[in-house]
Amino acid sequence: MSLFWLILIVLAIAVVGYVLGRARAMSSAGGERSALHSLPSYYGANVAMKAAVPAFLFLIVWLLAQPFYVNSEISAMIPDSAISEGSSRGLVLAEVRRAARGLDNAVASDAITEDFARNARADFNDITARLKEAGQIVTSDITQPVLRAAQRYRVLTAAGNLYMTIAVILVAIVGALWALRETNAQFRARNTVEKGVQAILIAAASIAILTTIGIVLSLVFNTIEFFKLYPAADFFFGVTWSPSFSGRGGSSELGIIPLLWGTFYISFVALAVAVPVGLFAAIYLSEYAGPRVRAVAKPLLEILAGIPTIVYGLFALLTVGPLLLSAFGDNGFGIMKAGTAVMTAGLVMGIMLIPFVSSLSDDIINAVPQAMRDGSYGLGATKSETVKKVILPAALPGIVGAILLAASRAIGETMIVVLGAGAAARLSLNPFEAMTTVTAKIVSQLTGDADFASPVALVAFALGMTLFVVTLGLNIVALYIVRKYREQYD
Amino acid sequence: MTDTTISPKVAEMPANLPFKSKSLYEVDDLTRKRNAAERRFKAYGVAAVCIGLFFLVVLAYTIISEGIPAFSRTIVEVEFSLTQEQFDEAEGQLFKTKAYEQIFIGALQGQLQESGVSVPFDATTIERIVGKPGNTIRTYFKANQDKLGDAVGFELAASSRVDGYMNGRVTRENMTDSRFLQKTDLDLVDILVDAGVIKTVFNWNFITGADSGVDNPGAAGIGASVVGSFFMMLVVLFLSLPIGVATSIYLEEFAPQNRITDLIEVNISNLAAVPSIVFGILGLAVFIQFMHLPQSAPIVGGLVLTLMTLPTIIISTRASLKAVPPSIRDAALGIGASKMQAIFHHVLPLAMPGILTGTIIGLAQALGETAPLLLIGMVGFVARGYPEGLIAGFTDPNSAMPAQIYTWAARADFAFYEKAWGGIVVLLIFLLSMNILAIILRRRFERRW
Repeated sequence: MSLFWLILIVLAIAVVGYVLGRARAMSSAGGERSALHSLPSYYGANVAMKAAVPAFLFLIVWLLAQPFYVNSEISAMIPDSAISEGSSRGLVLAEVRRAARGLDNAVASDAITEDFARNARADFNDITARLKEAGQIVTSDITQPVLRAAQRYRVLTAAGNLYMTIAVILVAIVGALWALRETNAQFRARNTVEKGVQAILIAAASIAILTTIGIVLSLVFNTIEFFKLYPAADFFFGVTWSPSFSGRGGSSELGIIPLLWGTFYISFVALAVAVPVGLFAAIYLSEYAGPRVRAVAKPLLEILAGIPTIVYGLFALLTVGPLLLSAFGDNGFGIMKAGTAVMTAGLVMGIMLIPFVSSLSDDIINAVPQAMRDGSYGLGATKSETVKKVILPAALPGIVGAILLAASRAIGETMIVVLGAGAAARLSLNPFEAMTTVTAKIVSQLTGDADFASPVALVAFALGMTLFVVTLGLNIVALYIVRKYREQYD
Repeated sequence: MTDTTISPKVAEMPANLPFKSKSLYEVDDLTRKRNAAERRFKAYGVAAVCIGLFFLVVLAYTIISEGIPAFSRTIVEVEFSLTQEQFDEAEGQLFKTKAYEQIFIGALQGQLQESGVSVPFDATTIERIVGKPGNTIRTYFKANQDKLGDAVGFELAASSRVDGYMNGRVTRENMTDSRFLQKTDLDLVDILVDAGVIKTVFNWNFITGADSGVDNPGAAGIGASVVGSFFMMLVVLFLSLPIGVATSIYLEEFAPQNRITDLIEVNISNLAAVPSIVFGILGLAVFIQFMHLPQSAPIVGGLVLTLMTLPTIIISTRASLKAVPPSIRDAALGIGASKMQAIFHHVLPLAMPGILTGTIIGLAQALGETAPLLLIGMVGFVARGYPEGLIAGFTDPNSAMPAQIYTWAARADFAFYEKAWGGIVVLLIFLLSMNILAIILRRRFERRW
């Protein structure tokens, strides 16, 4: 709540600054607009910008830095003896934060007084019971070091928030005053404001870089953490995947090979469905179909790409799976045991990828110059011969790029395999058996688990890293091929 | 040489020569083969398009036929009056709800006799059909003691098996007798339907309700997660639109040709192809693990989806900025506007319809995204109620529509599958209306030069 009000206050200062800046510029020009260097609104905008932008930047930096400071303070308060066997400092710190939040909420709901929350001692007062009574979720018994740390945490956070509010408002006011001071008729307000706007534009553009850095850093750090607990060679070359949650994951076998096998097998089935259908659809729509058929069929096919993947997942689990089971199950060929299988997920994923392949190939086929077709027809070739002998060879690099992009989509697809492919990791050739993929395991290892200290949870980051590298590689190769091909005919 | 000179010669030629015909009017083997190949090839194309459209039709049919039952629910409507003496007597007994149930059965029998049917049934049958009506009735009369003696109409929810029987999920053929439902019960259900006691009504609770426990599929509703999705979309809209437009303006109008610009462009095109689950990992590690934002909160979901949606919005915004002819810029610059003024006052308003269309399509994509939400804890079972206020809407744990659907699909009870399909119908209605809005915007406002 206080953060929300702080933002409002800063915005209010900016608005007041705008009005004052505009008025000051006008009065310095003696009410004569033509005597000003810039339009009056630029003077106002200059003040507003200088009040709000530094204040918000300061706020963001503070918000990022404060948890670090508080955490290091708290961490220093917890003696090694308070960290029980099999636990870690990170877990105890999480417990401290939970306890502090519990105290906060209990005070807010009048279950305990502020005084009690500040001074209670775990060994004298039944703090755990009282917090539980107040409806707060606290894990085990709160021990004295944890409680003291939690109390200190509350004090530090409260103080930090107070200082932050004061400092941010000060920065905003100082910025506004400074901008007001420089406001006079000769001041080049428009140039200043435009420079500021351009800086904001650059900052917005660099968010794309920041996102990539964020992805890479969050994957790399946690992957390194994982490899400290689990040998990298066992991860990359292990052929068994059997995470065990007992004993903090100490006895699990986390080999990625079965997951990669499942991923590639399902993607292969998906591409075996999507590539022929998508490619022929693209050829038909671009070479044979009249404008009216094209105008109807193309958008209809593209609807398939706009349907959320959860819909396909449900379709695989509840419709395609049982259908395949009735054909290949015990009543049919007898090679399928359950509805969830490589075939189920692959088939449905193939349907999803049809428009992906078809519209990319369509673009590429359309980019082949008409002169090449005319030349071929002139030599007496039929349409299909032109397509096979002239258009496809010319479009081949682009089509390969499209297929690679589709493959990267298939490898990264999550919901269809989570619902349709099953959960068992195995190395098998039978496409009617349940297998699992990298993405499905990321979901199952991380969902609802906030404990990042065990290899069983951290392995998800190593899996994510593998997935990221594989799809990034495919994308880069695909984009390179597509781009190089496009340049040829432009 | 003209046709008239050639045709008599051709006509003179005998029709069936033993040697290979050189006539243009006769189709030789090679041509026949080539034409057949041509027809085959075309047929493959038609087949491919038809397969695609067939899948679309199957998908649409499945969604609609499986999803519709979620919007109806079966109720047992009984008019019921309880006298003070009956109330006191029932309260005095050891098994109080049992006593109410007996009174309820009596009332039901009376109601049936009025409409001219009389069938015997016992308490256990009723329990299998209506659940435990005694408890509902007792709670009601304990709370409203002034209603004692008046006739009160009760709408009791039928059990999920009976609900399934009413909408065709459970049939006499596919059911097995169990303690939940027996075949003989269905005879009574049929009679009650004929007598107008059991009715199918529109299930408002599905639209407005929140997720229920694993053992209570009947009460599950999608309302709370719709609200969660709504707050997430607010975050996505208010972050991704300004950031996306600012990025596009910079790249399209200001950026110098240098390495940094190249780096940004490569980054954007790669981010567009990064699997969504990787964004979930980013959200988990950066927003929750590192910044300690609340878990399962729509604001975190919104931030993650913003990063995912940005490339879509940037790509479409750049296309619409590019579509504004340079003459507009030149004219503005020519009458003394600065570059910034030319862009913000003239180019951007003209590109706005295209930008908004792209934004809506990006939002629709974000609305259907599931995987990253699961990683940041926005799973279905946290959607237990509506948030208490505007700020709580952003920070309180909630779910989103697709994550809620996933949670239902992952549950063991078959009755939840129906809810999942129903949820998909709701989700697709939202997506469809957003896409239609985008199409209308494009048709009405987009200018072509």
